[in-house]
Parts: sequence; structure tokens; C-alpha cells
Amino acid sequence: MAGTVEEAPTIQAPKNAAKSKKTGLADLKGQELAQRKFARKLIFPALVAAILITQVPFLATIYYSFQDWNLARPDDRSFAGFSNYVAVITNGAFLPSIWATIRIVGGSMILSLILGLVLAVLLDRKFRGQALARTLLITPFLVMPAAAALIWKYSLLEVNTGMVNWGLGLVGIEPIAWNTDHPAMTIVFTLTWQYTPFMMLILLAGLQSQAGEILEAADVDGASAFQTFRFMTLPHLRTYAELAILLGTVFMIQVFDPINIMTKGAGNTKTIAYLLYERAFIGQQVGEAAAYGVITVILTIVFATLALRTMFKIFTEEA
Amino acid sequence: MSTAVETTRPQTTQPARAERSGSSKFTKRKVVGYLITLLTWVLVLLFFFPVLWMVITSFKTEGQAATFPPEFFFTPTLDRYAEVFDRGMALYLLNSFAVAVLSTIVVMLLAIPAAYALSVRPIARWQDGLFFFISTKFMPIAASIIPVFLLLRSLNLLDNLWALGLLYLGINLPLAVWMMRSFFAEVPIAVVEAAQIDGASYSRELWRVSLPIVAPGAAAAALICFIFAWNEYFLANLLTAVVARTTPPFLGSFVDGRGQFLAILSAASTIAVLPVIIAGWLAQKRLVRGLAMGAVK
Repeated sequence: MAGTVEEAPTIQAPKNAAKSKKTGLADLKGQELAQRKFARKLIFPALVAAILITQVPFLATIYYSFQDWNLARPDDRSFAGFSNYVAVITNGAFLPSIWATIRIVGGSMILSLILGLVLAVLLDRKFRGQALARTLLITPFLVMPAAAALIWKYSLLEVNTGMVNWGLGLVGIEPIAWNTDHPAMTIVFTLTWQYTPFMMLILLAGLQSQAGEILEAADVDGASAFQTFRFMTLPHLRTYAELAILLGTVFMIQVFDPINIMTKGAGNTKTIAYLLYERAFIGQQVGEAAAYGVITVILTIVFATLALRTMFKIFTEEA
Repeated sequence: MSTAVETTRPQTTQPARAERSGSSKFTKRKVVGYLITLLTWVLVLLFFFPVLWMVITSFKTEGQAATFPPEFFFTPTLDRYAEVFDRGMALYLLNSFAVAVLSTIVVMLLAIPAAYALSVRPIARWQDGLFFFISTKFMPIAASIIPVFLLLRSLNLLDNLWALGLLYLGINLPLAVWMMRSFFAEVPIAVVEAAQIDGASYSRELWRVSLPIVAPGAAAAALICFIFAWNEYFLANLLTAVVARTTPPFLGSFVDGRGQFLAILSAASTIAVLPVIIAGWLAQKRLVRGLAMGAVK
């Protein structure tokens, strides 16, 4: 059966081609060529800008990563082979920074995804002030990250006067010295607060793209609300959750603002992004820092490729 | 499975069910509904509280801001806002605004034609082009910052707004291309064809026919680019110092090791975040789509 179906178009295809050739407007071909030319002209400037600003520097980074180069001794520069990479892996800072990145990004990701899911489900109902609730809820994502980090550190998480300890005090919990005793947690709080709305918005879009008739049918067939959620909504949300996780990871992996402002890398918060900054611009080790850069890109590519695949999946599903 | 039967069923079963369970179940349902709404609002206000508290604190005196337990009722004062501007914040706000607006304009001028070519025009391997643009968005800044820093330093372009703007252009361009492409893709093909039949030139087709249709989307894309540039901290912190300093790195200068600074820090932060928050509230629907890179509608 497959054979016959496939054969039909191949027989017809040449016929069509011949037909269009016969009516053969050389004009049409010229028009298409002109269109192509115009399209190329349209895309060229953006392409050049993107390559010059983002791709060329990366090539330079790769080159630097094979150089022995300290900014304090700019003339003393030589080819280093893989010694920067060896140094990165053996100097004892790299593995802890990978762990710090995983813990901070992973912790913030899980928390913001769970909170985002809860809020998306709650906001998907009809209730009084729904639009206002949604508006207020997206606000943390709009707040300038530098301002968010400062306000969380000095206003909310401060040990003596902070609102968090005040709130905990209301339920009888002793004040906690967040900034000095739990620096990694302060970063996770801030990131979770900023990214929960992002997760919520993507998941809410997923919930709202669910066909209403199918849910009604499930209700009619006697499925409980929990069953509908567990067996229909959650599987439907899976692609959206994947997208939220992947995009969140790509953005959070390069997180720098709260770390530089809140902890300066102290107490297990020295992520790869911060380590690179420290090595390059405080330690002035260009070669070694460039090696961190290359490694960061390799790690990011893994998540970014998966994210892109998920995005195309959602596109094709909707089309 | 005939859908016709299923869609007619609710009308017949629903009243029967309500009768069976009686009014007590009905009110119970209502109460549960109210409780869930209450829970929703509690969570929403919890998330909004830090912003609210920042705004409240900005109207206090430094003494009031540092009291514990916190003061909720006090006579508001605008003195902290006056102090913020005494410390020269106007220059940094202006810098932020200039660099964000200029880079956004150039981004849109580059992105609109490119996105149009990728969505409407027959271009060989358009998907590769799209893939390339979006992949540059995923490239961490760490990948390129070292050579960029060294180049700017050797050209004496550190602490220069134009250099910073050029980098923001690179950051926002892929996002804008991607968003605009998904907006252009929704322009009905008939409209474009009608213009072609009327003998419109290609560039007229783009700027006069298609662009007006996607204007709201273009505005949202521009807003997102503006927000990202306005909020950007890493590059601004590293590449600017005095003349071209923008708002985000400037905020940290209010932290004072000895004295009290909570109220003035809150006032400066409120000024810094308010424009974006208000703009974001107004354009939230389209914003969502842009932030998810067009993947959700």
C-alpha cells in the first residue's frame, strides 16, 4: 500500500513541472530570482551584525584559551596547548564551581517550576480579580535583577530588620542569619522569586492551549478533577514544562547579577559564570578564563539544543 | 465514539446530578471555591510583597526604615527621592534610557527585514537562518566577553555608551528576529498577494503592507528589547565606570558600610524598576509570548 501511495506523486511530479515550463513564463522565473535577491538583501545586515558581535568574539575566546596570557604581564604571551584546560580541571576551583552552579540553578529551577505550576493551575480558574492577580504575579520577572538582589539582601533577608525574619518570628521561628550563614539560599530565593512568574506564564499558556471539549468529555465520562489533571493535563503540560526548564536553565546558567551583588562568590555560590569573571577581570588570567568560557559554551549548547528541539516541537504541534 | 452524543449529554446529566446531591453539596463546592480563591490571592500577594515593601520603604526616613518590628503606618516623605537625585542618578537614568532606546531602534531596523525574509520570502534554507539567529541568543556572554573587553580597552572605548549599545544590539537582535518572524508568519498570505497584484514593490510590501499589520507585535518586541537593555547589569558593570555608567550598576553605590541606607536604596530601586514594571503590565499578553521566544501564544 505504501508503494502505491508513494508512486503516484513521483509520476505526477514531472508532468506538473513540464506543464509549468510549457506555460513557461521566463518572467516568473525572473520574478522569483528578484525575490530571492531581495530576501537576501533583507537578511544580510542582521546576519553580519549577529556574526560580528557574537560569533567572532567566541572564535577569539577559543584562540585565547590556548594562550598563556596574564594581563599583568601583557608582553609575556605564548602558545599554551591544552595547559589552560588542564589547569582549569586540576586547580580545585572548577569542580566546586560546577557543583555550585548545579545546586543554585537546579534548586531555583525546581522551586520555581513547582511554584509556577501551582500558580498556573490556580490562575487558570475563573475568579474575582483574575486579571489583576496575573498582573501582580508577573511583576517579579520585570524587576531589574540588580535591584531585586539588593532589596532581597538588605531589606528582606537582613538578620535584624528583614521582613523574612519578621514573618518567621510571627510563627515563632528564631531569626536566621541568611546572608552570612546561608548565602547559597539567598541566591536561590532571589532567583526563584524572579523566575517563578516566567515558569507560571509558560505553563499557563500550556494549560490554556488544552482543548476545552476534551476536558468536558472527561468530566462527563465521570473522571474526577484529580484524574483529569493527572492523566490528561499533566501529560499535555509536559512539553511546556520541558521548554520552561530548558529556557530557564539557559538563562540561569549565566546568572551573574545576584552573585556579584549578594555574595561575591562566598559560601558555595561561586558558579562557573562568576568564576570566569573573577579569573579574567580580577585575576587577569586571560587564557585560563577563556578556557572557562569555552567550557561554559559547551555545557550551554547541550541545554540550548534540547530547548530548540522542544520549541520546534511546540511549533509543529500548533501548526 | 460519537462526539455528538457526548456533547449533548452534559445538559441532561448536570441537573440530575445537582438534584441528587442536593443543595448542601452545592454550597460546599462554593466554599471550596472561595477557599481556593483566597489561597490564590495569598500566594499572589506574597510574591508581590517584596515590590510593595520596596515602594513603601522608599517613603520612609532612614530611621523608620531600620526599625524592628517594621513600621506599617508612618507619615510618608519624598525626601529620599530628592536625595537620590542629589547623588546624580539623573545622569545614569538618562544613560540607561539612551542606550536602551538607541540599541532597540537599531535592533528593530535590522530585525524587521530579516524576520520578513525568513517568514514570507522564499529563501533557501530559511530554517537554518532562523536556527542560527536563535542559537546566538543562547550563547552565554561568558563566551565572548574577554575578547570584547580587551578590544574595547585597546580602542579606548571602555566607559563608552556607543560601545555598550553595540553589545546590547548583539544581545537583543536574535530575540527580535525570532519574535518578529512569528508575527509576520501570521499575516494572511492573501493580503501580500493582493499587494503584489496591485504592483507594489517588494520593499513597499514589507514596510507599507505587512508591517502595519504586525505593528502591535513589533511594539511588544521593541519593548522587550528595551527591558533587557534597561535591566542589563553584567556588561554595564564591567564596561562602564563614570561617564557611561547605567542605572543597574549605579544602584549598588547606595549600599553604605557604616550608615543606614535602606530607604534611599529603596527609593533609587523604585525609580529604576517602575518604568519597566508599568510598561510590562500594559503589554503583558504579547510580552509573555516574546519571553517564551514565540513558542507560546
